[in-house]
Amino acid sequence: MPAQIYQEIEIHSTYAQAKKTEDGIIAAAQTHGYSDEDIFALRLSLEEALSNAIRHGNKQDPKKTITIRYYVNKDRIDIYIADEGTGFDPVKVPDPTMADNLESPHGRGILLMRAYMNLVEYNDTGNVIHITKLNAELDK
Amino acid sequence: MEPGPKIEVNHEGTVTVVELLDEEILEENTINIIADSLFAVVTDNPGIKLLLNFTRVRHLSSSALGTLIRLNKQVEESNGMLKICHLRKSLLEIFKITKLNRLFDIYEDKATALSSFNN
Repeated sequence: MPAQIYQEIEIHSTYAQAKKTEDGIIAAAQTHGYSDEDIFALRLSLEEALSNAIRHGNKQDPKKTITIRYYVNKDRIDIYIADEGTGFDPVKVPDPTMADNLESPHGRGILLMRAYMNLVEYNDTGNVIHITKLNAELDK
Repeated sequence: MEPGPKIEVNHEGTVTVVELLDEEILEENTINIIADSLFAVVTDNPGIKLLLNFTRVRHLSSSALGTLIRLNKQVEESNGMLKICHLRKSLLEIFKITKLNRLFDIYEDKATALSSFNN
């Protein structure tokens, strides 16, 4: 097993290609001994980040691309996902847990990523997300 | 698009029980197929008493939660009731993080959920 897996992939904005990428990152994490809980968190966060890139970033235009860079080792997983969109300001996304927003069907993806990842950050433009998951097994 | 049914619909007394058959309700395509089926059930049965059984579901995304919220709205608008049962611990956690446990009636098992419709 390599000490670190590093990949850079460019995909078209389709859910099928996103799923394939997700599966590759999950497999890399499993190879490095991440727990089922960590894998659950990773799958959920990848799904949220990639579907945001497809839907909001690239407006579901399959001709537009998403670039994914990931590093997986036994300590941590770092994933960068860049779309071709104009970006957004994550601070301006309404808090979906506020009573007034509870019945809104949108805006929970970022909340879930923040809950399940150790780090969620965006570049200044808001079209590149960086998520980090630390291996919880190492803290036990 | 994946083949095969995504939900199973059964009737227990006055309650329509819908079991979600997919382990993963994450991707848009899967969610759209399930949503179409669920909304058809609700549209065909105004005032429906609907119980969604999540026994088989292991993964949910925010997009799936959005669909549940829209479905709940439609059920309430037709004076119906929507309840949820058999959420595994990891999925219940998602409902708690998003505070949707305050919006939905969630029960541990089907029997308790069914009896709650009569209260």
